Amino acid sequence: MAYTLKVNGQSKTVDVPADTPLLWVLREALDLQGTKFGCGAAQCGACTVHLNGVAIRSCVTPVVSANGKAVTTIEGLSPDGTHPCQIAWQDVDVPQCGYCQAGQIMSAAALLAKKPKPTDKDIDEALNGNLCRCGTYVRIRAAVHKAAELAAAGKPAGSPSGARLGGRE
Amino acid sequence: MDRRLFLKISAIAGGGVALGFVTEEQALAQRGGAMAPPPDVHNYITVAADGTVTITAKNPEVGQGVRNMLPMMIADELDVDWKSVKTVQADYDDSKFVGQSAGGSTATPNNWTPMRQVGAAGRLMFVTAAAQTWNVPAAELSTGSGKVYHKASGKSISYGELAPAVAKLPTPDLAQVKLKDPKDYKIIGVTKPGTEVPKIVTGQPIFAIDVKVPGMLCAVFEKCGVFGGKVASANLDEIKKLPGVKHAFIIDRPDVTEPVIPRDPGLESGVVIVADHYYQAAAARKKLKVTWNEGARASHSSAKYAAKAQEMSKSAPQRTIRKDGDPEGTLKSAAKVVKAQYSYPFIAHAPLEPQNCTAHFQGDKIEIWTNSQTPGGGRRMVSDLLGIPEKNVITHMVRGGGGFGRRLTNDYMVEAAYISKQVNAPVKLIWTREDDMRHDYYRPGGWQNLEAGLDASGKLVAWQNHFISYGEGETFVGSGAMGPTEFPQRFVPNYALHASVQPLAIRTGALRAPSSNAFAFVIQSFIDELAHAAGKDPVAFRLEILESVPAVAAAPAPGAGGRGGGFAPPGMNADRMKGVVKLAAEKSGWGKTKLPKGTGMGIGFHFSHQGYFAEVAQVSVSADNKIKLEKVWVAADVGSHIINPGAADNICQGGIIDGISEMMGQEITIENGKVVQGNFDKHTMLRISEAPPVIEVHYLKSTFNPTGLGEPALPPILPAVANAIFAASGKRLRDLPLKNLGFSWA
Ligand code: FES
Ligand code: FES
Repeated sequence: MAYTLKVNGQSKTVDVPADTPLLWVLREALDLQGTKFGCGAAQCGACTVHLNGVAIRSCVTPVVSANGKAVTTIEGLSPDGTHPCQIAWQDVDVPQCGYCQAGQIMSAAALLAKKPKPTDKDIDEALNGNLCRCGTYVRIRAAVHKAAELAAAGKPAGSPSGARLGGRE
Repeated sequence: MDRRLFLKISAIAGGGVALGFVTEEQALAQRGGAMAPPPDVHNYITVAADGTVTITAKNPEVGQGVRNMLPMMIADELDVDWKSVKTVQADYDDSKFVGQSAGGSTATPNNWTPMRQVGAAGRLMFVTAAAQTWNVPAAELSTGSGKVYHKASGKSISYGELAPAVAKLPTPDLAQVKLKDPKDYKIIGVTKPGTEVPKIVTGQPIFAIDVKVPGMLCAVFEKCGVFGGKVASANLDEIKKLPGVKHAFIIDRPDVTEPVIPRDPGLESGVVIVADHYYQAAAARKKLKVTWNEGARASHSSAKYAAKAQEMSKSAPQRTIRKDGDPEGTLKSAAKVVKAQYSYPFIAHAPLEPQNCTAHFQGDKIEIWTNSQTPGGGRRMVSDLLGIPEKNVITHMVRGGGGFGRRLTNDYMVEAAYISKQVNAPVKLIWTREDDMRHDYYRPGGWQNLEAGLDASGKLVAWQNHFISYGEGETFVGSGAMGPTEFPQRFVPNYALHASVQPLAIRTGALRAPSSNAFAFVIQSFIDELAHAAGKDPVAFRLEILESVPAVAAAPAPGAGGRGGGFAPPGMNADRMKGVVKLAAEKSGWGKTKLPKGTGMGIGFHFSHQGYFAEVAQVSVSADNKIKLEKVWVAADVGSHIINPGAADNICQGGIIDGISEMMGQEITIENGKVVQGNFDKHTMLRISEAPPVIEVHYLKSTFNPTGLGEPALPPILPAVANAIFAASGKRLRDLPLKNLGFSWA
């Protein structure tokens, strides 16, 4: 069956069975591998993408239910890697292994789109579906706040903004 | 772009250090390095004409930060600016590098000297080349920011310009190369954000699971839930007709012959499905019907293990591992005796990137892309299995989405290699999360029956442990041993460690801070019980125990870490541990802060992998056993330098989160020989709402060589939290995970 999705602003048609998880359509049929496989069961959030602007777990989303809709992946979050979350994640130096972080960023970006000034509680609620096996939660919280600040200040700037959490320079 | 002139610097990595003891991981790494020629051919540094310095990171990166840390040591001594440095990941190549593994928190201690020597040797070669170019004595030259300067004439020349001349110079003797005075470090000790973070935040395909090879197929592999089970029959004809399926076949392997299952037994029996794409292979697997011959291990269960453990706890121990003084006699005459049984379960590693590997069999050679923590060990296993010489097993090291010890074994590597050979095509094998959780090698569970005596003054005078583990005869299962110098041995005059074991039907082995991750919980919780029995403050009581041996003055040589407390001389330096206990108490305001009812602080310390850690947790506990982690303080002594402080804080905080995850929700249980839990719903991990909002990390800089941080931060947090729960609620928790005792996160 052919399905047409608007992926990162471009119309894409894929010919796969209806129940194929969107995750694997992205990773295999469309070669967008930034979206990660962690559990396949909506437990970890590594596969988070935006479907019509809402953060969803692509591993349990059959392609048929995304047909005709807009999908945004980490690759399409900004044209040049300067979404406030992408800048903030670098400023705060969040990742350890980094495997969960695309999903964390996608959840955070969806939160910020709705709530430009999230509280810790808002962050906990929006990102509770995103596991970080390496335990970078303290920095993830800091980075979401930082992204909110950057967005409010009218950044993104073209490059990381300087001050880094934990920096001792 | 051939305007770039490349300079190759050969350097001796002098990585061989005299070790009185090694971890399992270290032993593996050493075997991996045993084939290497004398460390004289190294390719660490290339300098382009434009001054760009490319530094090779030789170790596997699974999130522990070596991709930055090793090049930072080289760059500082080379005297270049970090912003001019690009790091690249080495392939596995034992003709060029030694110690290409990630385990045992060894990267820092093992590389601290050799990596700086590599950098310093490079710097010396640029100085030598400049001296020849200008015909001046080398002694008149200085360096900085990738340039050589001659003060007298005011001349300077860049490393890029000198590169062609340097390429012709002989490599200096590394042992003779002078290292910087540490006060002149510009990169070591200064936070450098991960060089791959820009790629991570934009979703570039840098992980092993993202590897693509032209013509590549995708494979899934179904194994028996019972270890060693074989395929009796499978509906392969049906499977082969499904969309995209190219191959479906059975692998039949002999069962292991060892009484204790090796942690990396190689290729196992099962059914392979190979398709054009993963989603096709996964869809076909849903239709797969297999009848298994499960074998005798199918009779094993957690319930039976627990019953047997209680029976053994009540019986005389099978053997005595250590006895000092007269523990039985002292216990009889002690003013107070405290007895308790502690237990902890099997747990899984579950790195977030499921096991996967890409292999491309090409007749007399095979190319492998792996996120293994021991690529050399995997390469040897592939060589043995396929009969291809090791040097023809071309092993690319690709970033791994977490390790935690799981990728010390290479089961998925031999599987991918074998399947690629069978189908004669490049193949990416991907395990599901359920495959990963049910075919792990686990942190072994165990029971400890403790008995300790206090004299009339409340001083610890006797300690006895009947340790219940798994194994056969005198062989413990992987990471299921307790050594004869486990704390508080040497700190109490009358000490006995007895052990009994029972056979086990699953694989076990190293998980982040092996054995320490369970033992610290038991020992430091029991010490807390003793402090309360003695009517003493838990910090003061611990310091009193640590005071009981004379200080160790000598600095140990750089080298691998030990696991437990004490572990062979020089073992744990009590002074260093006292230092971090005091620091943790000071930073947390121990004994000085008035906490509301239902809130408490707890402390724990532990020595592992040469790291000294004391941690204080502050928690609140509600009437219905809901726990809120309010704050954690970490005090660490890992030597004279914290090479990349920002990354160090991150990894310490990660160790805390990991330990807290383990204690609340993680338990692997066995029914009918099979692991029950399959995903993160049943083997839970801390979520962001449950994480402590603040984890302060404080380093006590000492004069000792720097040691690793990947593991030793983890063990003390479990007892610190358990002791804090006691302080807050009066409930003493002796059995993990806490969810089984009716506790949950607030
Ligand atoms: S892979 Fe989708 S939630 Fe884990
Ligand atoms: S950084 Fe490794 S899982 Fe989050």
